[in-house]
Amino acid sequence: MNLTLKVWRQSNGQSQGRFETYAAKNIIEDMSFLEMLDVVNEELMERGQEPFAFDSDCREGICGMCSLVINGIPHGGHKGTATCQLHMRHFKDGDTITIEPWRAKAFPVIKDLVTNRSAFDRIIQAGGFVSVNTGGTPDGNAIPVPKIAADAAMDAAACIGCGACVAVCKNASAMLFVAAKASHLNLLPQGQPEKDRRALKMVQQMDEEGFGNCTVTGSCEAVCPKEISLSFIAKLNRDFGVATLKGK
Amino acid sequence: MALDSKTPSGPLAQKWDKHRFDLKLVNPANKRKFEVLVVGSGLAGASAAASLAELGYKVKCFCFQDSPRRAHSIAAQGGINAAKNYQNDGDSVYRLFYDTIKGGDFRAREANVYRLAQVSVNIIDQCVAQGVPFAREYGGLLANRSFGGAQVSRTFYARGQTGQQLLLGAYQALARQISLGAVQMFPRTEMLDVVLVDGHAKGIVVRNLVTGEVSTHAGDAVVLATGGYGNAFFLSTNAKGCNVTSIWRAYKKGAFFANPCYTQIHPTCIPVSGDHQSKLTLMSESLRNDGRVWAPKRKEDCTKPPGSIPEDARDYFLERKYPSFGNLAPRDISSRAAKEACDAGHGVGPGGLGVYLDFADSIKRLGVNVIRERYGNLFDMYEKITGENAYEVPMRIYPAVHYTMGGTWVDYNLMTSVPGLFVLGEANFSDHGANRLGASALMQGLADGYFVLPYTIGHYFATSKIARPATSHAEFRKAEEGVQERINRLLASKGKRTVTSFHRELGKLLWEKCGMARNEAGLKAALKRIPEIREEFWKNLIVTGQNGGLNQSLEYAGRVADFMEFAELLCTDALHRRESCGGHFREEFQTPDGEAERDDANFSYVAAWEFQGLDKPPVLHKEPLVYEEVHMSTRSYK
Ligand SMILES: Cc1cc2nc3c(=O)[nH]c(=O)nc-3n(C[C@H](O)[C@H](O)[C@H](O)COP(=O)(O)OP(=O)(O)OC[C@H]3O[C@@H](n4cnc5c(N)ncnc54)[C@H](O)[C@@H]3O)c2cc1C
Repeated sequence: MNLTLKVWRQSNGQSQGRFETYAAKNIIEDMSFLEMLDVVNEELMERGQEPFAFDSDCREGICGMCSLVINGIPHGGHKGTATCQLHMRHFKDGDTITIEPWRAKAFPVIKDLVTNRSAFDRIIQAGGFVSVNTGGTPDGNAIPVPKIAADAAMDAAACIGCGACVAVCKNASAMLFVAAKASHLNLLPQGQPEKDRRALKMVQQMDEEGFGNCTVTGSCEAVCPKEISLSFIAKLNRDFGVATLKGK
Repeated sequence: MALDSKTPSGPLAQKWDKHRFDLKLVNPANKRKFEVLVVGSGLAGASAAASLAELGYKVKCFCFQDSPRRAHSIAAQGGINAAKNYQNDGDSVYRLFYDTIKGGDFRAREANVYRLAQVSVNIIDQCVAQGVPFAREYGGLLANRSFGGAQVSRTFYARGQTGQQLLLGAYQALARQISLGAVQMFPRTEMLDVVLVDGHAKGIVVRNLVTGEVSTHAGDAVVLATGGYGNAFFLSTNAKGCNVTSIWRAYKKGAFFANPCYTQIHPTCIPVSGDHQSKLTLMSESLRNDGRVWAPKRKEDCTKPPGSIPEDARDYFLERKYPSFGNLAPRDISSRAAKEACDAGHGVGPGGLGVYLDFADSIKRLGVNVIRERYGNLFDMYEKITGENAYEVPMRIYPAVHYTMGGTWVDYNLMTSVPGLFVLGEANFSDHGANRLGASALMQGLADGYFVLPYTIGHYFATSKIARPATSHAEFRKAEEGVQERINRLLASKGKRTVTSFHRELGKLLWEKCGMARNEAGLKAALKRIPEIREEFWKNLIVTGQNGGLNQSLEYAGRVADFMEFAELLCTDALHRRESCGGHFREEFQTPDGEAERDDANFSYVAAWEFQGLDKPPVLHKEPLVYEEVHMSTRSYK
């Protein structure tokens, strides 16, 4: 199939960006979306032109590196699918595809489709951990965890930190990410001693990074490649409220 | 030069304890005076950086991704081994040790493997305490499953995302140390050279991938935990960014490279669909617990829908050839069996390069919900890539390059032949011999980072007593200029072929001549061809853009340039090892029924290669493998 791409080009964080139009020719349906972009970039390079920069690494939907807004939807709008897992069989000959970077104040563009998501790392540094040093931990089975709690924690922990939740939100809120990360630990016995502090610190850091407020529209849940549930936001709000009341 | 592995004396089971007692310590108050440069933030790097910082050392940690959490360890699916014997099924430290040594085809260092099995139990405890959400039984205790090459259930897992969860545990420990100011993190930074001062590793040269700036960092020791080199083959299950650069540059600075020819081809990957393919996707080995591998007995059935092929026309070749291990035979053996079936014309799917992995029996026995619970994410992943529903039709799988057992030579302390330079995780050669068992890489990476290096590095500091140089030292300037020169040379390449096209050509050559099966003529042909490709690479490469900013074409060119050099060492090692063992299968050396034929009399050693310059052959150093405890037997899974 032959497609037309409208790709966001921006030399660096300081410069103005613009859309450029490219032709993607002889694309086959078994290609992944990123392989299609590889093909277009190869052709650009063969003509001595600069390819567009985009992030990707594992290309199997787990590293969270890939981050494209495709036709207005982060990761392209297929349920539980990251950009790298999207395949060309979902497009048809003659389609025009618009490709943009994540857009949020807290995720400044570095170049073309590549953004800086280090704000997420700083939120984790603020409290998204259990304070244990290496060594001296009790036997793994000394801390029984009910299967239901372990499963729920795993549901939250499945977050890949890609930032699609922020990119889709009209307020560029990071609540789904923060809720998933805080809930993963707050649901487990190991996370209890620091539960209040964790909720407060992570939310505080989120605000400092310039993410917007959450109005629970649910668009984040809809685009999340790991289908993280909105209910974790309710849990974080509860944990945050309790911690605030305790005045910790 | 005689290679001293520094293996402690004494009975095997007591070596590590004894060694820990013999190691010199650094006084707690002095630790903050030592600065450690950790390159890599995967399981090995992140666990090391966090643990060293907890002890009081000052740490700088580097990775090329935008966050340490994205290291390739994140992609590990199946699980991590540990000798907990929670299932009461006969496991023990000794059994895990023995399975690993045997799985590695008796080509690993005995004392290292024993230590690995010993600390495996601590790893699970550590990860649980960090909040890693391992799978649980209803009673709240940890669940296990079995993995290839073992007859006990000792694999711990977090759905199909074990690597992700273990890495997040280590990343969170690292994040905590960053917030405490004990670790300084440099993401989107690529290490491009090691700096040696008076023969000791005392610094690195890095390039900031966002600004293009090249700079140097000085430290009291350098730790490389930069992962494996499977991407030399272009197509592999590794992430696109995986590379050999850091350990290759270290090799060129004097760190011996051991057993590069030991590469692992994983039996269960999604087959190649066409020339556009940029990477291959693994279907976790855990699937072989419930999936049965087969190929049609009759060639004419290969193009028919699998459901229409009757039971008696199917060849369940692993069950037939290896009745006691069946579908759980180790990776090297299962991969070769699949290749054999396809080579004999019984392959299915595009190009006849695939066999079936069938869940119909398990679904009948356990119900579709149990299978979905166990492997749901893998089935989803398969459907996204192939468009097929594996609950209804069998998966198609084919072997693919997956893991590299070879790597930088290290002694028992994980120190290389360059004092002060340590290598951890997949990047070193250590514990897996000629073939790694499933769920053992995560174990080794975390063992190295949490429980080995934090002890051994202190001994180096306490005994070497060489002051950390300033980055104004002439050696730093020299190394930095070398790196800059190479970058300029790449940027000046305005030829006609893209980096990808060269990488693909090199990878195809390696896959054909130095892949699942190797022979003398093929390896010699490869060794003739590689320098020609390399020469064309430097003449006819296109690199676009400039240095002063993000330039992915330049980054990639640098990595492939290193693969171009490394490939020769890979084939040299494969040619020299005139035996078959584990993942290294030399067609000339096989038993009448096609099994690997080891030559213990002549080859039970680690081959550690020393760089002599690109135009000269490397020098081979041998570390004899001495087995004090186990008896070297012929591996049998029949
Ligand atoms: C798909 C897949 C599934 C797997 N499943 C399992 C499993 O179930 N069980 C198991 O035990 N093993 C599994 N493995 C193997 C295992 O995941 C790896 O061997 C292990 O995670 C490697 O960890 P590491 O820390 O050594 O390296 P990595 O995780 O690869 O980390 C390398 C780090 O080095 C950095 N780096 C690399 N080069 C440079 C440079 N030049 N400059 C700066 N930084 C650099 C990277 O940024 C990264 O942070 C799997 C592997 C794959 C590919």
